[in-house]
Amino acid sequence: MTNAIIEVTNLSKIYKTDILETTALDNVSFKINRGEFVAIMGPSGSGKSTLMHILGALDKPTKGIYILDGENVEKLNDDELSDIRNRKIGFIFQAFNLLPRTTCLKNVMLPMVYGSVSKEKREKKAKKLLTMVGLSDRMLHTSNQISGGQQQRVAIARSLAMDPALILADEPTGNIASIQAEEIMNIFQDLNDKGHTVVMITHELDIAEHAKRIIQIKDGKIVSDTKNHTQTRHKK
Amino acid sequence: MTQKITPKLDTKNNMQFTEQILESFGTLKLNKMRTGLAVLGIVIGIGSVIALVSLGQSSQQSITSQIQSLGSNLLTISPMRGNSGMVRTSGGGTTLTNADATAIKTSTKITTVKTVSPEYTGRLQVVTGKNNTNTSIIGATSTYMAVHNVTLSSGAFISDKDVSSTARVAVLGPTTVVDLFGENVDPIGQSIRIGLQNFTIIGITKSKGGSGLGSQDDCVYVPLTTAQKLLFGAKHLSSIAIEANSAELMDEARNEIGFLLLDRHNLSDPSKADFTIMSQNDILSTASSVTGTFTSLLTGIAAISLLVGGIGIMNIMLVTVTERTREIGLRKALGAKKKTIITQFLTESVILTFIGGILGIFLGIIASLIYSKINSSTFYISPISIILAFVVSAAIGILFGWYPARRAASLQPIEALRYE
Repeated sequence: MTNAIIEVTNLSKIYKTDILETTALDNVSFKINRGEFVAIMGPSGSGKSTLMHILGALDKPTKGIYILDGENVEKLNDDELSDIRNRKIGFIFQAFNLLPRTTCLKNVMLPMVYGSVSKEKREKKAKKLLTMVGLSDRMLHTSNQISGGQQQRVAIARSLAMDPALILADEPTGNIASIQAEEIMNIFQDLNDKGHTVVMITHELDIAEHAKRIIQIKDGKIVSDTKNHTQTRHKK
Repeated sequence: MTQKITPKLDTKNNMQFTEQILESFGTLKLNKMRTGLAVLGIVIGIGSVIALVSLGQSSQQSITSQIQSLGSNLLTISPMRGNSGMVRTSGGGTTLTNADATAIKTSTKITTVKTVSPEYTGRLQVVTGKNNTNTSIIGATSTYMAVHNVTLSSGAFISDKDVSSTARVAVLGPTTVVDLFGENVDPIGQSIRIGLQNFTIIGITKSKGGSGLGSQDDCVYVPLTTAQKLLFGAKHLSSIAIEANSAELMDEARNEIGFLLLDRHNLSDPSKADFTIMSQNDILSTASSVTGTFTSLLTGIAAISLLVGGIGIMNIMLVTVTERTREIGLRKALGAKKKTIITQFLTESVILTFIGGILGIFLGIIASLIYSKINSSTFYISPISIILAFVVSAAIGILFGWYPARRAASLQPIEALRYE
């Protein structure tokens, strides 16, 4: 068994409109191994979001091969992609994307509903995860009754619901205050310490420095891929 | 090593059915305003159709039963204003006289007639001490009751003696009694003024039902001679009602009377007759063609309200689903399959249309019930209207819940997530 969770070879994404062809990703190749904590950095328009969507199986590449945890994503149909996302990827979005007016508990349980997990197991797991992110007292609050940082913690709990191979975070601290952002990064580091693979997209260097490896993208190409030896850590 | 993903469920839907229903109820409860509006649209769409169709049909039934209560084996002779070309106008003529009625009664040529009731009808203001009403005044003879199936609830009807003496006596219909004296009052022996004359009330008829113009409960009977001489100053009759010996003899009676009257009026050509003879069946068929038109009018209105209701349902469903495109994107990102999403929205639409449908049916029935109570008409609900209204609204609701959901579920999740 290879150690690679993500294996991307010559990946390109071209957006076509009637008059314009925009190359968002241009022949990108890299590998991410199990247990890594990678930050993908780049200015806006660099193609990092496009890369994120393809890595998350939310969008398909125009060219190239993407192997996620041993599965060639390109060959999968719509429903199989849903299944992949459900089982292998835990999403954390910039805008949190929790179901409005729905309790934190139910939000965390949602991926398990689609993963055909029994009701008792779902509730047990969701409670465990919410306790882990420090929201044991907010389980029955609805998503619009809690702060941005708390919402993102619910989203992290949700991303872990199906024990995914990969946690994929798109600008996870983009919409929250900096103190809360630190808390979020702490959670990511704890998860990574426990063996979770975390891939995070950001445009902020101080956030990226929490990762062990930083990939820089510009104009659809990887410009640097370095180990981050000065990982920022907040020890409690 | 390549690890193959094997979904636990073979079906494309990765959610249990009962769970789906519970989930849908949960979602509908979350957004009370949106749910309420969608249900309201369906309720009004269905309710109005049921109420309108019921209104049309109960009117038709009450008209039919009213005509049937006019009398049995009844022929009505009405004068005609005259013949101008091909146009025959009935009513309002002066060609029928008391002598015609007497002739029908006494002629040896007439063998099929049981009772003859000469009548003069007009409208006048009727006044008591404090109340007054405009009602129809029927100049009648003692035979009126038998011919028209009128029965008394108290007192006496107009006698032959009253007719010959031009007596100032009156028999009141129950509605007129209420109009003039209020409920629970016995007006017999009291005096009323009709036109310029004072009359003594001698009897009250029993209610025959029916409403509106031409109700047999809203009238005042006076002796024929009194009506002609004292109230209206007329020498002619407005109609002669005839009871034939039996239903089978109706046609024969009509012929006998027709020839007698043609002869008496010195007319040789039946097409130039200055009177018409209508049987109850003629009136019934005329009336039912009128109410038929009425019903098709109401059906048209119902169809339009069904259409409008349907567009309302369509609108709210489209808006509801479009508004939730992001939610659909999120659910797909978290692992919902296309079919799961479609089933979820379909379940929601079905629940909405069924709740709305049932409420709408209740609303329609209650509205019809209130209408029939107010107008004291027959309460009648057509099962077809219920089925039609329900099926059409449900179909529209489900179709327009399903279609945009399918469209949204087919989007790449990222497009749906970005949807504004």
